[in-house]
Amino acid sequence: MNPAVLIASVYVFALAAFLGYQVISRVPPLLHTPLMSATNAISGISLIGSLVLAGAVKGHESAHVLGFVAVTAATINVVGGFGITDRMLKMFGKRKPESKMGTKAVAK
Amino acid sequence: MNGAYHLTTYFMEATYLIASILFVLALKGMSRPETARRGMFLAEAGMFAAIVGTLVGAHIVTWVWIIAGLALGSIIGAWMAVSVPMTAMPQRTALSHAFGALAAALVGVGEFLVHASEMSVVTRGALGFEVMLGALTTTGSLIAAGKLQGVIAGKPVQFRGQSAINLLIFLAMVGCFVYFWMHPAVVAVFYTMLGVAFLFGIMLVIPIGSADMPVVMSLLNSYAGLAAAATGFVLQNNVLIIAGTLDGFSGFILSVLMCKAMNRSITNVLFGGFGAVIAEASANTGGVMREISLDDAAMQLAFASRVVFVPGYGLAIAQAQHAVRELAELLEARGVTVKYAIHPVAGRMPGHMNVLLAEANVPYSALYEMEQINPEFPTTDVAVVIGANDVVNPDARDNPKSIIAGMPILEVDRARSVIVLKRGQGRGFSGLENPLFFKDCTTMLYGDAKSSLSHLAQAVQHV
Repeated sequence: MNPAVLIASVYVFALAAFLGYQVISRVPPLLHTPLMSATNAISGISLIGSLVLAGAVKGHESAHVLGFVAVTAATINVVGGFGITDRMLKMFGKRKPESKMGTKAVAK
Repeated sequence: MNGAYHLTTYFMEATYLIASILFVLALKGMSRPETARRGMFLAEAGMFAAIVGTLVGAHIVTWVWIIAGLALGSIIGAWMAVSVPMTAMPQRTALSHAFGALAAALVGVGEFLVHASEMSVVTRGALGFEVMLGALTTTGSLIAAGKLQGVIAGKPVQFRGQSAINLLIFLAMVGCFVYFWMHPAVVAVFYTMLGVAFLFGIMLVIPIGSADMPVVMSLLNSYAGLAAAATGFVLQNNVLIIAGTLDGFSGFILSVLMCKAMNRSITNVLFGGFGAVIAEASANTGGVMREISLDDAAMQLAFASRVVFVPGYGLAIAQAQHAVRELAELLEARGVTVKYAIHPVAGRMPGHMNVLLAEANVPYSALYEMEQINPEFPTTDVAVVIGANDVVNPDARDNPKSIIAGMPILEVDRARSVIVLKRGQGRGFSGLENPLFFKDCTTMLYGDAKSSLSHLAQAVQHV
């Protein structure tokens, strides 16, 4: 890795960390479980590294097998993670706040 | 990414850029329940684009393994997504962390197999970091999932000299890492590091009690993300760095929030062995616990004007989320104002209670965070504690000697009366005595939370 690439990568890392902090600190505790599930699914992006290992390397049978296991694991992460996040978020969306509840001022 | 740039390579890089942007937008959508679901569609689209881009642009030579892996993973993933009950969400998430981390670790091992000889020092450092973090997160998450599922004892497993042994394992792991960094030719050292990292993951989580799981889950979340980010450094792939870092920071922020909610430091959670310590009978627990009959409890609830439900992990074990909603609706029909008080570390992962109650159709506007609801307890007629213990323990506030001193609590003891739904007379997971149960305003309703709640609902109907 030449220094210019390393420096660029560190920039990307630092900016992503900063952006992540800004965005994620706004997520309400209500949605913390879906958040964890969602970020977990997103980090299943290591799938693209697994794909390369499983199919784009010539002459390394063992690398292909490792890649196969990695693709499987990462796909479980992506498909399962997104699927279950959506199931949770659907529950949060399915009933709109009703006026009779939650509004702090109203006490019958 | 060596050699000439083909059109397909540009296409691939473009999909990565789009994916990165969509991931950030998706997390931005998470700031409100109304926009969260749409946000996740964006993330899914981004992921799909990145996969297609990779398959087009990465010069794939063998498709068999790819197709097999994608198919198998999709089947298992889809099955998990559909079949896992909401009450099992913590263990499913832990399992998912394990899969993500395993993928990162294996990609690292693969890179080592193929490119070890031509790696620069920096790449090798990132590779070692990736493999180490990926491996320890894999086993750590598996242990956490086992504890949450009840396959492994939830009580902290501790023995004499544990800290020393863990320290030795840790040093061995780091030693292997440094040696590998300096002398990449010795293959055995790399695999020793991998093995020791797997072992360290087990040893790290085994001593931690179930009550501390929210912190552990968040930390493992963070590690899995950082492992993916390290993979990005190894492969010089920005979308991996960005997505991994987002995940890593999300987990980190959650860990900090969870620790704050318990007034403890991360080191204390990891090495404190909290649950094993049976505190000296802290506040004088000379009093007696008063039992209440179902009918009396139903009477109190039916004639109250403000009721607050305080759910804890016991609600999840008993799967009582639907029963509590039914009771709440009956009370509301009688004109009672019902609210739910959610402590940040109630349950086994961040937001655990919110998800369960959402599943039971409780509108999220009825869920109140600790800071919002605490001032309202003095005007609350009945606080109903359902399987929560430490998060309502007044010792945390009143007794500086208590092991949980300083932990912010839901101040249910300020309510006019408190009904505690509890399985039996035993202590909670942390083994602490809870003076709340002995207070004059408190009465105990023993039994399984779900059946107690549905019996209460029946009784309320007959009042």
